[in-house]
Amino acid sequence: MRIKNHPILDFEEKERVKFYWEGEELWGYEGEPIASALHAAGIKVLHESIKRSHPRGFFCAIGNCSSCLVIVDGVPNVRACTEKLRAGMRVEMQKGVGPALSSKE
Amino acid sequence: MTLLKTTELAIIGAGPAGICAALEAASYGVEVTLIDRGDMPGGQLVKQTHKFFGWHEKSAGTRGVVIARDLAQRARKDPNVQFMGSTEALGYYKDDGTLLLETPYGIEGVKPKRLLVATGASEKMLLFPGNDLPGVYGAGAVQTLMNVHGVRPGQSVLMIGSGNIGLIVSYQLAQAGVHVEALVEALPQIGGYAVHASKIRRLGIPILTKHSIKEAYGERCVEGAVIWEIDDRWQGIPGSERDLKVDVICLATGLSPLCEFLWQAGAEMTYIPALGGFVPVYDENMQTTLSGVYVAGDVASIEEASTAMAEGYLAGVAIAHSLGKISDVDFEAKRKGYLKELEQLRAGPTSKKIVEGLAVLRDETGKRVSV
Repeated sequence: MRIKNHPILDFEEKERVKFYWEGEELWGYEGEPIASALHAAGIKVLHESIKRSHPRGFFCAIGNCSSCLVIVDGVPNVRACTEKLRAGMRVEMQKGVGPALSSKE
Repeated sequence: MTLLKTTELAIIGAGPAGICAALEAASYGVEVTLIDRGDMPGGQLVKQTHKFFGWHEKSAGTRGVVIARDLAQRARKDPNVQFMGSTEALGYYKDDGTLLLETPYGIEGVKPKRLLVATGASEKMLLFPGNDLPGVYGAGAVQTLMNVHGVRPGQSVLMIGSGNIGLIVSYQLAQAGVHVEALVEALPQIGGYAVHASKIRRLGIPILTKHSIKEAYGERCVEGAVIWEIDDRWQGIPGSERDLKVDVICLATGLSPLCEFLWQAGAEMTYIPALGGFVPVYDENMQTTLSGVYVAGDVASIEEASTAMAEGYLAGVAIAHSLGKISDVDFEAKRKGYLKELEQLRAGPTSKKIVEGLAVLRDETGKRVSV
């Protein structure tokens, strides 16, 4: 899914980092949005809707619509389309409203 | 006593309108704080790989990505412009003039003497069964994914809408090596410029006018789409259905001004479909009904980036004048120049709707700020 040759654009090589999706090890580029790393790995379903548990992916990709909410390192309601990927991140699909944060956090 | 930071001008949104306003105001010595939720100035120009028409001798024929880079560099170099990235504007409280921001370091309040809202637009949704399946994306989202992040949206795409965005993004998909199965348009004619449509046709992408999507289907994400012909009353014609095996459905069905912030701030709003829906009421100098709060770009009316830039310059000089940084005579000359440029940008047949919408808006403004 990654574009290697483009007639107009050059994509600079960024550092590859390991992260986790639903516990599974994946690789992406440091600093790219989580959604783009997941999409490149063929993962499109990021969230399940609150009322009917319908699958949801990203829609706007610029942080407007909240269709792509995921859980990152235990924190719910993170927009996968704007949150930057970091090494070791643990990303999970958010089902409905997601878990409440515990008071320890 | 509050310890809130002050600034002469806070600008929300560092896209083409916001940056041009910042550069213009700063050139008269206005101290500007330019705020954006992204970490770089440039807004949605950063994903426009096509060449622009019109705007100045300088930028005509220049790709959006190049204009974005140039504007961003000028903003970052300008000693009067402070860029605050990764910061979201949460609200503006008109009674005491506080602007609340969420920065990477926490919540911060700022008291700007003037505020410019240049928040842009969001993509419109289209109603059809299956429109919530992953794989249904805004055309702008697909541009961001492939032109900014270098990832293809999928294998095969159905594009909906033949305005300039639908045409341009179809071409850009082909450039990125993605197959575009078809482009459907509900109207009897193509909405965008002929020059863009011809490029699509030369690539062999069929443009089906008087066609729409009936439904999208798939288990967990888009596996296909059914399109059909529509009659003069916008109803699907039974028996005309065609099944397309696509994994991406791209919506290029228009934009809405991203004006929630103005609603919250308490600016008067009005509904003008020709300008994109709900828009703020503003005068010829881009000032809203809230004194000292200005707008520019798509949040004021859905148009092209070139228009957004011209509106940015206009708002920038108007703000500088309101702060006493430029003489009445100089302001009037500058203002006339920008208004003329806007008029020229809106001279074409495709801008007819906008010109009519703006006339309605001027009426509204006359009624509301004549007090």
